[in-house]
Amino acid sequence: MAFIEARGLRYRYEAEEGSHEVLHGVDLDIEAGEFVALLGHNGCGKSTMAKLLNGMYTPSGGTLTVDGISAADESRQLDLRRRVGLVLQNPDNQLVAGVVEEDVAFGPENLGVPPGEIRRRVDEALKAVDMYRYRTHAPHKLSGGQKQRVAIAGVIAMETQCIVLDEPTAMLDPRGRTEVMETIQKLNREKGITIVLITHYMDEAVQAGRVVVMDDGNILMDGPPRQVFSDVERLKRHGLDVPQATELVYRLKAAGIDLGGSPLSVEECIQLFRKRLV
Amino acid sequence: MLSDITLGQYFPARSPVHQADPRLKICLTIFSIVLIFSAGNFFSLGLAVGYILLGMASSRTPLKLYLKSLKPVLFIIVFTGVLNIFYGTGEPLWQWGFIKITQNGLLNSLFVSIRIVALILASSVLTFTTSPTQLTDAIERLLKPLGKLGVPVHEFAMMMTIALRFVPLLLEETDKIMSAQKARGADMESGGLVQRIKALVPVLIPLFVSAFRRAFDLATAMESRCYHGGEGRTKMKQLHFGAVDWLVLLTAALALGGFVALNLAFPPSIVR
Repeated sequence: MAFIEARGLRYRYEAEEGSHEVLHGVDLDIEAGEFVALLGHNGCGKSTMAKLLNGMYTPSGGTLTVDGISAADESRQLDLRRRVGLVLQNPDNQLVAGVVEEDVAFGPENLGVPPGEIRRRVDEALKAVDMYRYRTHAPHKLSGGQKQRVAIAGVIAMETQCIVLDEPTAMLDPRGRTEVMETIQKLNREKGITIVLITHYMDEAVQAGRVVVMDDGNILMDGPPRQVFSDVERLKRHGLDVPQATELVYRLKAAGIDLGGSPLSVEECIQLFRKRLV
Repeated sequence: MLSDITLGQYFPARSPVHQADPRLKICLTIFSIVLIFSAGNFFSLGLAVGYILLGMASSRTPLKLYLKSLKPVLFIIVFTGVLNIFYGTGEPLWQWGFIKITQNGLLNSLFVSIRIVALILASSVLTFTTSPTQLTDAIERLLKPLGKLGVPVHEFAMMMTIALRFVPLLLEETDKIMSAQKARGADMESGGLVQRIKALVPVLIPLFVSAFRRAFDLATAMESRCYHGGEGRTKMKQLHFGAVDWLVLLTAALALGGFVALNLAFPPSIVR
């Protein structure tokens, strides 16, 4: 059984004007230790998916289990949340305390972990995201990337097995974006934490081991980045971007210059050009 | 400009007063205030003031800061001081029509002024040496027994913590919105009072909208980090009642003893 298992998962928002279904029967398996990028344009149901995964929403139909826990079981909501941590887009709005280390301690404190153990977890989490030396700082004095790393530390201090990040880099500058991406990769590689990264940046999606593309409440494509991004036409038809390097080679091909490949990064692109020119 | 405001007046330093348990500091502040108000003569008042001065001296905080904290209440001090001069009883030292100044009036005025100054200084010792986080923490723990009576102590403490965290953020945001509105031609610096208040509306509305959005986000973040109220919650930082605290407590006991003795030994200085 996969770590995350969704079968015919549906979710409906109930509003006064009537209900509105955003997920129409999603089937998705994510294994423990995977790094999955979730793509799709606004309103395709990615954020809803994120909130279903850690029990903020309960499924309207179908089943969703995480580590064997059913998301429909409200009595086990806390168990679900301690396994799946959520990191949101705006770094300012998700930090609770006025001191970095106390914010990181917030999760374990809620779980009723003994004080000495909290201290150990907080220090370890802050070291893992390379923010240990800022532990006594006030969050509003940190940069966006640093704040987002503190938010990630707050999640791993709960010893979660999976982190769902909902556009964590959307409000950051390029440097902050790199910091966060490096942190995520490190956690995935070294601690084996399952990562579900929702993003609009294709160059971030390329770093994942698997890309899942959602469109209008359904899963459109699912596979390794190279496979997904090779179908440029299909992605474009659904209003999605591809990495810049892929796009360049695709357009050259359309103009009659076939470089014979579909690169994902700038380096790969340069390789292709070199091969062609030399 | 707005973001320059520092919240609270915490002055970081390493001193015995800084190291003392914040719970003890809160209690001692209340203790000093009680002393100041129950002082009947200049001798016991002097001792209470001396005790506060001792706290100031051992806090390793510049005297300038303490004097600065008196500035906002200067008017009240002068006002009550002057008022008390004219309300004395006994033989007038100087008289002009119905206005008379007596020795008793002068003494009363001095007594009351010292009281107010001491009051402000006592609370300054607390706020200069204790960070807002420590204060919230200490208040939560001191009020814990009230939780049994159904008072939502944890919830209040949580609100304080969140307020402390978000005030600098909202100040920064106000600054940003004001610049944005000015860039669109809003005029906030001219006109009468009514006009200026009206000019603030385009600042307040976006500020409120954004505050609500932040609140929703924060609620999601807190819930997803397993927050479910104060029940079964632990704290990383435990407050320890250590050697420094016993020493501080000892000085308080000594001060109390001396205070009671002086209060009984000398006649009251102020007579109504």
